[in-house]
Parts: sequence; C-alpha cells; structure tokens
Amino acid sequence: MAKLKDLAAMEDRLVAGHGMCLGCGIPLIFRIVLRATEDPLIIANATGCLEVCTTIFPRTSWNVTWIHSAFENAASTIAGVESMYKALKNKGRIPEDKKIKFLGVGGDGGTYDIGLQALSGAMERGHDIVYVCYDNNAYANTGGQRSSATPLGASATTSPEGTQSPGKLQRKKDLTKILVAHNIPYVAQASPNRWQDLYKKAQKAFETEGPAFLNVLCFCPTEWKYDESQGIRLAQTALDTCVWPLYEVENGKYKINYIPKEKKPVLEWIKPQGRFRHLFKEENAWVLEEYQKQVDEDWEELNKLAKL
Amino acid sequence: MKKETWKELTIGTINLDAGNSVKNLTGTWRSGKKPQFIEEKCIQCFFCWLYCPHSAILVEGDEVKGINYDYCTGCGMCSVECPPKEKAIIMVKEEAKLAEGDAE
Amino acid sequence: MSTLKTLNGNQAIAEAVRQIDPDVMAAYPITPSTAIVETIAKFKADGLITGEFVCPESEHSAMSVCIGASSAGGRVMTATASQGLALMWEMLYIAAGLRLPIVAAIVNRSLSAPINIHGDHSDTMGARDSGWIQIYSENCQEAYDNFIQAFRIGEDLKVRTPVFVGLDGFIISHSLEVIQVEDDAKVKKFVGEYKSVYPLLDTSRKMTVGPIDFTDYYFEHKRNQMEGIENAPPVIEAVGKEFGQKFGREYGFFEEYRMDDAELCIVVMSSAAGTCKDAVDELRSDGKRIGLLKPRIFRPFPHEKIAEALKKMKAIAVLDRSSSPGAFGAPLFTEVRSALYDYAERPHIVNYVYGLGGRDIKVEHFKEVALKLEKIAETGKVEEIYGYINLRE
Repeated sequence: MAKLKDLAAMEDRLVAGHGMCLGCGIPLIFRIVLRATEDPLIIANATGCLEVCTTIFPRTSWNVTWIHSAFENAASTIAGVESMYKALKNKGRIPEDKKIKFLGVGGDGGTYDIGLQALSGAMERGHDIVYVCYDNNAYANTGGQRSSATPLGASATTSPEGTQSPGKLQRKKDLTKILVAHNIPYVAQASPNRWQDLYKKAQKAFETEGPAFLNVLCFCPTEWKYDESQGIRLAQTALDTCVWPLYEVENGKYKINYIPKEKKPVLEWIKPQGRFRHLFKEENAWVLEEYQKQVDEDWEELNKLAKL
Repeated sequence: MKKETWKELTIGTINLDAGNSVKNLTGTWRSGKKPQFIEEKCIQCFFCWLYCPHSAILVEGDEVKGINYDYCTGCGMCSVECPPKEKAIIMVKEEAKLAEGDAE
Repeated sequence: MSTLKTLNGNQAIAEAVRQIDPDVMAAYPITPSTAIVETIAKFKADGLITGEFVCPESEHSAMSVCIGASSAGGRVMTATASQGLALMWEMLYIAAGLRLPIVAAIVNRSLSAPINIHGDHSDTMGARDSGWIQIYSENCQEAYDNFIQAFRIGEDLKVRTPVFVGLDGFIISHSLEVIQVEDDAKVKKFVGEYKSVYPLLDTSRKMTVGPIDFTDYYFEHKRNQMEGIENAPPVIEAVGKEFGQKFGREYGFFEEYRMDDAELCIVVMSSAAGTCKDAVDELRSDGKRIGLLKPRIFRPFPHEKIAEALKKMKAIAVLDRSSSPGAFGAPLFTEVRSALYDYAERPHIVNYVYGLGGRDIKVEHFKEVALKLEKIAETGKVEEIYGYINLRE
C-alpha cells in the first residue's frame, strides 16, 4: 500500500500558483491521479475549471506535457496523440520500449454533456487511454450553470429555484453506467476523500490495456455553497448516504468498494449545501422524498449488480 | 514582468516554461484567517499535504514542517482534516496580508 | 515509374495518400468524399500503408484526432466535405492557431438547407478566415498534384499552417480521368521526411500547448499565427516550380489561359475553369480578345499578382461557386475587386454566382458572360454588378 509520505516525495505534476478556488476538490483529485503512474504522461484537458485555472498565459501550473484544444473533445484529442504514438512506434521512429501514458481530463460539462459523443467514440474505438472526469455537478468554471450531472433539486443558474421551480427538475445522469455499457476493460467511481481507493483505481486505469474511465466526485464550495473547509467531510457524507457510491467494473465484473456501516439519509448530504436550501420550503418536500427514493433505487440496483 | 512581442512568442501558443505558475503567490487571497502549525502535536499523517488545494504544506525530507504562506489561501481544510484530538493545525486570525501577488 | 491511370478525384487523392503514407489519417465518411476514406481504410486493411487509420464518430472528432496527432509530432491528413467541414469548423481555427500542418482533402459540396450533395464552394469559402491555406483543383490530375504539394507547403518550417486541397464534389470526385500517377518512391522523396516542431511525444520537454490568453496575450498570439500563412507565398511558388522540375507539371498561384492580348477576362476556379477554357477557345476563334484567369491559391490570396495580371483588362467577370448573403459580392469577387483598388485606372468588374448545389455551367453560359463583358467594355457602363448564371428567374 502506498504511503502518503512516499507520494509527497514524488515530483508534482500540477504545481502551486494555479487559480482554483479556496477549498476546491480538483487539485486534490489530480494530486493522487497524477502520481498513480511513474511513466511519462501526456494530458489532454477539456475546457473547464482545471484548464482555465492552470494555464493563464504566460504562466502554467503543468509540470507535465499537456494540451488543450476545445471543450468537447479531450477524449478525441488524446486519442489522436495516442494514435500518433502507435503510428510512430510501428514505423520505428519511437523506441519499442518507450512507454507513455495518455490521459484525457474533463469536468462534468466536458464529459457528461458536450463531450459525451467524443468520449463515447474514443472508448468504443479502444484507444489505450485513461479518461478522468472530475464531476463537480455544474458548469463551475462559468458561474454554476446546470449540467446533466447536477442533482435533482439543486439550484443552478440555468435551473434556478424560484416561486415556480424547486431548482433542477431532472435526475442526475448516470454517466458511469453509460461508460460500463461500452464494455471497456475498466470503469470506476471514486472520491478524493478515499485517497487510497482513488490511487488504486488510477493505477489500475493506467495499467489497463485499452480504454479506462474514472468518474470522480469533486466537491465545489463555490457552486455547492458550503463552508470551504468542509469539502472532505462532505465527500464522506456523499459516500455514507450512497449519493455517490464507490465501485468499479473490471472486465464487466462489478465491485462495490465502500459500504457504509449505516446508510445515512440523503438529508445529511443536502443540509450543508446552499444549492439545496430551498428544498426545505414546504412546497418542495416532494423533491427531498424523490431524491431519497432515487438514491435508494440506484444503491439497490448497484448491490444487485455487484452480487451477480 | 516584461511581456513578449508577437515575434518573441513560441509558435503554436506553446508555453515551454513548465510549472512557472509557482511565481503566482496565491497566499495574497487569504483574508481574515490562516492556519498555524504546531509541530510538537503533528503525527506526520500527511493529510494536510494531501488535502491542501494550493500545495501550501511545507514538506522537508519526509516530514511536514509547516505552512507555506506564499500559497496558502486559508481555506482551512488542513485544519479540519488534521486527525489528532489536539490539532497540529489550527486556524488563527490574520490581520496583514502579503502585498504582492507575483514573485517577480 | 510514372504511369497513366484512370482514376476519379477521390481515387487520385487516395492514391496520393498511399504514396505519402502519412503517420495518422483520421476521417469520417461523408458524400462525396466517402470513397477517399473507404479507400484509405482498405489500404490499411491490405497492409499497403503503415500509418494509423482512425475512423472517429464525427468530423468534429476527426479533426480533434488530427489535432492531437499532429501536436504529438507526425504527418497527418483527413478528408471531408460540406456539413462535415462545417462540423469541424470550431476545430479548424484551433488547428491553425496551434500551427499544425494538417492536410485536408475537401471535396467541395454545398451546405444545407436545403440538403444537397452536389458540388459548390460554400464549405471551404465559409472557412476562408479559419487560417488554413486553400488550394483549389480543376481536375483529377490537379487534385493529385496539389495534394502532394500541400504537405510540403504546410509543413515548411516557416509556414507550419494547415492546408485544404479542394476538388469539386462529383464533377471531379466521381469523374474518371486519365492521370499521370508518379512513381511511389519519387513522391515520397518529394514530400520528404516529416520535421517535428515541439512534438508532445518528446515528453522530456513538458510543454503546455493551447493555454488560455487574456487581453494581454491573445492579440500577439494571433499575429504570431498570421505570420505562418503570410510566409507561405514564396514556399508555394518554390514547391510548384520544383514539382514542375520533378514531374513536368509546374504550378503557380493561378493559371492564365490565353491572356496574352486579352481585353476581357473571366476569373473562375476549379472544375468550371475547364469548361471555361473551351468557351475561351471558341470565342477566340470568333476573334474575341478574351482570356481566363483560374485562381489556384485562394488563401493566402495572391492579391498583388492577380491585380498585376488583370489591371490592363477592360472588363472582368468573376464567377463564384458560393454566395455571401448580404455582402458586396461573393468571396472571390470581393477579393479580386479589392486587389484592383489601388490602380488609378481600374477595369470594370462584375460578379456572377453560378453552380450552387451542383447546377451545371456550360460553354454557352460562359459565352453569355463574354457577351456581357463585351457590352461593358464598349459602353463603359455596368448595369448589373451582381448576377446569377443558369438560374430560373
């Protein structure tokens, strides 16, 4: 098992001086993910918080080879890099023993929504790439618009709560399940508060031959509206309420990686977050019930799949 | 900082100066509170290092040695996640701030 | 050995791809360019090429794969048409901004709506400010020759700019023509080894490619980008000459046909220029002093050279196979007219839009244009500066 002391001794691939918010979850995710391989790494980053906050010219926070081309195409961009690597190896212009890992990265906007097609295509074609989505449940880079990863009832600027609306009316899209349906070798959900689990999953993903996908919950104090010192606690609550189950699907086989001793009510996840504040109005009580029902259904289904 | 003319820029919008954002001192964002490190209480669990979004935990050799206030934004996650009952990182009031946001 | 082969435009492009064997070929099939993509796929399946062929789920991803692959450090091509090019739109600017010498065969086709699969220049003309070099081909031979030269031009270290090679949908892409296919080894040698500039795959250099610029850098980066295409003219000229020396067919920025003592001139690109040559021949045998100027390079637009060639004309008709709604004329017209502005005595110049959605343009249509030019030259009066050819009014 990896020790934090040893990880801390490794070279930072994402360095200080970036512009991400106080208490942001993104750097915590990539502190772990980028240490999960010691091979040279090339990253293609979708437009979003991570991209914008790390590369304001002439400064860059990347101490690793990195490219950004657009919002919706991190997967196809990294697929292109990987294809050239394959081509040049075939043609003998890259030594046979030179190993490089290829990583696509995007937020939920660039992954669940606008980048879904490119991601699906790259996964289906079987490129030897890893894709990591940091899911902060909104278009946080541009001020918190809804995404298909925004949970039911959350107020976002394009699904605002109001006298006639309880916030987002739709259920969160289950992207991980969509990726499982691609029958790729490795798909997993993770969270930065369970760093060993995240580290192991990232290692597996990098070691996988062919495409691998990690969906990582990413707390966002700016858009979720909670005390920014509480991110890790909140992530733990997401696991304990089963709002964000940790699991992996390796060659089609499901495994749940965290089972709460006592499954907590979804209310505990909702309460600390300002984006859900309006749900405590009388007329929105049904949303709380519905949210709980959906989480229960998903958890039950996941347990069934894990027992198969 | 002198800004390049168009002729001096690398073609293709490439930035060859890897990791030069360390010159951006995010510590200037801190307002009102900062973490204080109490070495004798530290159990060297490295959670503060793990959970600091701005890479502001000073590590020397294989030990956590304190806070790098050049980068610390004062979010307080390090203190919340510090495991001992008597925490090795506590949040304290801070009056003055660094004047400059840039190391150059 | 150079051999004569009967190929259509798509096959001619595919043949050049086989000979050049780019490192990565990423393309999504779309009519009328599908056969290029299918043929490359078959070459790969038969082991005739060693590069990677990627067939993504859309043209947007095809161009994104090209961008990733080209940034990685190798030779890259794609092919598309019409809506496919329109879907790539966003990425075209990014390929040019990142200075990636991707070569794209564009089988020129109209844009929806209404949907139409036939040839016109709406697709590439719509992308005329995307920063790509644009080369247009009259026939299958030119498509083949231009495609080979495109790699040399785009990949030149001073240029480092992506290149479109246009050929007219169906009219060229699907018409058989006997063309000179050059020797594989000679074509390979002509195109040469790919030279990488800042390849991502050299991971020892930890670059950040495609960062975000605020108001303090964007303008400088865009100006830096423009330098690439502005450096292209001497390279285009040198490559066209060298191609002539090696293979016997020399190329410049445009072709002048029977322009020696011409007073009237028709300016038209691509396949219609072939028909126009026949019309010019017939008109010449009737004693008319008319010639043809066929632009080959549209971006960078050779404005000085074209103005020099046209300044002595009495009347010029510029024929565009695309329209620019609401503008003062279609794209080629506004360029040519603007190029002539600095001359104190300027020729009369009119614009006709023709051939949208593959509508035929025939010898008789060019003759009608010639009649109008004659009248303008005689009277010194332009009654109609903008019109349409072969349109039911």
